[in-house]
Amino acid sequence: MASILQLQNLKKYYATQKAVDDISFDIEEGNIFGLLGPNGAGKTTLLRMITGIFYPDSGSITFDGRAFDPENDIIKIGYMPEERGLYKKMKIGEQALYLAQLKGLSRNDAMKQIKFWFKRLEMESWWNKKVEDLSKGMSQKLQFVTTVLHEPKLIILDEPFSGLDPVNANLIKDEIYGLAQRGSTIIFSTHRMEQVEEICDHIVLVNLGKKILDGTVAEVKQQFKEHKFSIKLGGIPSDIEDPAYQVLDQKGNSFTMKINEGFHSNDVLQHFIGQGVMIESFNEILPSLNDIFIQLVNDTKSVSRAFN
Amino acid sequence: MIGFITLSSSLTTQHSLFTTHYSPFTTINMNKIWIIARREFLSRVQKKTFLYTTILLPIVIFGLYGLIIYFSVKTADHFKIAIADNAKVFGGKIDGKEDFQFVFVQNESIVSLKEKIAKKELDGYVWVPEGFSTAKGDTISFVSGKTVGLMNREQIQKHINNSLEQQRLLSSLQITKSQLDSMQKGRDIKFATVDGKEENDAKAGISFGVGYISGFLIYIVLFIYGTMVMRGVMEEKTNRIAEVIISSVKPFQLMMGKITGIGAVGLVQFIIWIVLTITLRIFLPLVIPGMAETTNVMNHGATEAMQTAKNSGAFDGVMNGLSEINFGLILTCFIFYFIGGYLLYSSLFAAVGSAVNEDPQDAQSLLLPITMPIIFGIVIMTKAVNDPTSGLAVFGSLFPLTSPIVMMARIPFGVPNTVPYWQLALSMLLLILGFLSTTWVSARIYRVGILMYGKKATWKELWKWAWR
Repeated sequence: MASILQLQNLKKYYATQKAVDDISFDIEEGNIFGLLGPNGAGKTTLLRMITGIFYPDSGSITFDGRAFDPENDIIKIGYMPEERGLYKKMKIGEQALYLAQLKGLSRNDAMKQIKFWFKRLEMESWWNKKVEDLSKGMSQKLQFVTTVLHEPKLIILDEPFSGLDPVNANLIKDEIYGLAQRGSTIIFSTHRMEQVEEICDHIVLVNLGKKILDGTVAEVKQQFKEHKFSIKLGGIPSDIEDPAYQVLDQKGNSFTMKINEGFHSNDVLQHFIGQGVMIESFNEILPSLNDIFIQLVNDTKSVSRAFN
Repeated sequence: MIGFITLSSSLTTQHSLFTTHYSPFTTINMNKIWIIARREFLSRVQKKTFLYTTILLPIVIFGLYGLIIYFSVKTADHFKIAIADNAKVFGGKIDGKEDFQFVFVQNESIVSLKEKIAKKELDGYVWVPEGFSTAKGDTISFVSGKTVGLMNREQIQKHINNSLEQQRLLSSLQITKSQLDSMQKGRDIKFATVDGKEENDAKAGISFGVGYISGFLIYIVLFIYGTMVMRGVMEEKTNRIAEVIISSVKPFQLMMGKITGIGAVGLVQFIIWIVLTITLRIFLPLVIPGMAETTNVMNHGATEAMQTAKNSGAFDGVMNGLSEINFGLILTCFIFYFIGGYLLYSSLFAAVGSAVNEDPQDAQSLLLPITMPIIFGIVIMTKAVNDPTSGLAVFGSLFPLTSPIVMMARIPFGVPNTVPYWQLALSMLLLILGFLSTTWVSARIYRVGILMYGKKATWKELWKWAWR
């Protein structure tokens, strides 16, 4: 599939730090793309460049096959920033209409889209309410609707689930899947790794303004696997020790082990089968993205981003 | 404020979700500043408080004002004042109009006069002790049953002083009354300008009043609507909607949209006020007789005008003065300086609003450099209405940070007599250049500030944002 967004050697330096320091990656069309990183890693700056709020100091952005032109491409992008809100005193319907018109929709198109989405998310009765009358979860829903109602090709969601209860979070998650299936590309920025694992196809991890990881979720997990396995046996074998592995943990018949360098999972299985022990289950334990994230971020912590 | 509406593609109105993926909409490139301005305008005009402040407030103020005048006029009507002239300084006669009746009494004691006041036979008395002489600088006092209003007090004082002065002249010069009258006639000086037009005496006073009010109105406009812009920007920042909108429009468009919208609110509010004032001014005197004269005089706030008007017999002088003032020009200039001054300052207010966070206290220190020139403007203005051609007044009316206030105070004195055409043109040009540059600087600060959360910025930081 073609790339919808290509970033090449993007740089954005502030007076005191390199917010984005030479980052390049591609996002394929129709993907759900996770942009990860700790606080202050440069994610927001990166997103602001992709949405045309900031101009990069150097580097180039290619959007939909052409050089990114913020003025005209803005209608194809929906951005829900982390710092988000709505006019408290404005009626909900009018607010949605206003934001859609600012994107460049005509009044008629905007009305049609708003009606469609309000119906879909059961928000029709809200039209004349004010934002200050909504709960936090409700206003997040409204915020999501205003982000996507112009059917953007590229949707950028920064921490979309913050403030949502599990029911509404699921609702939004389903909408995100739906949008991706219908061809939208989604950039999803968060620190919540379990959501990333669940939703994202491809991830990029940035820290201190640099890209430190890029790949599909499966690839990344493979890359960081520690050859850990869990095994559940029918009984306790007489001889547990073997040069092929180290036992890390034992709970009754269940063992967690790490296979040593130069050995293979079959060596483990043969060891137990040779003793006539039933093997009830045998699984590889892949590291969670959370572990990988923490490990990588800690590794790069010592690197200073300041100008020297 | 012009919204450009261009239909840029053919109308494809079929609802398209789930069928084709993107660009399903007819893109109407309506100017985004216009969309923003419309929201800013409507969201304020549709509020109830707008209705109250715009329509009810002036009515209430006018109503109170009318009542005060009504009562002051009503209590004014008859003053019977006894003059116990034991030193014979008045020559037995004081000219009084029907409102003020001066009665000379003899062989009355202070006690008996006081009794008469208590019985309401008298409203007051003047006791002139024996041996009293104005040459020695002695003073006499007027004693009344109740407190006398300011206007009446002035009138009584004038009558008594005039009479005293006349008697003094008569006695010291040893001439007759008619000789004195003919002498005093020659005393009058008429003021005329080089172009031969004779200036109405009342005009200077009215120019003073109109100038003062115009300058002061501009000063209020700058503050009220400037602060409104600043609060609007702060609201967007604290509600965290700024970044949402900035992803659809440029920060400059958001700022200009807000400034335009609030400016339109101000303009509408002023037009309503002007219309209301004119209607009430025509309407009120019909309801409350005798008010016409007083309001005319008081509205133009100048005691000089009042005195000249009284001296020339009626308020003809004031009316002549008013007719000589070019209100068309003043109104046109007012609207120009209103818009120019507003644009110049509101963008600065917007920049300050973008630099602070939730706490309105933070805004105070950042506002000081903006409010200083406005205060200077009002200070120069008070000087300019007294001497509209002084160097300070000319400077103040050209310098764009003070010109809206100071120039509006000078214009009623006459164009091109007091304000030459070149000064007016230069002042307007400088104001336009001024607001273009403040807008440019402010937009650069705003662009950065609106997305900055956390601590408030210092002036040093703002400076860096503007010039980097």
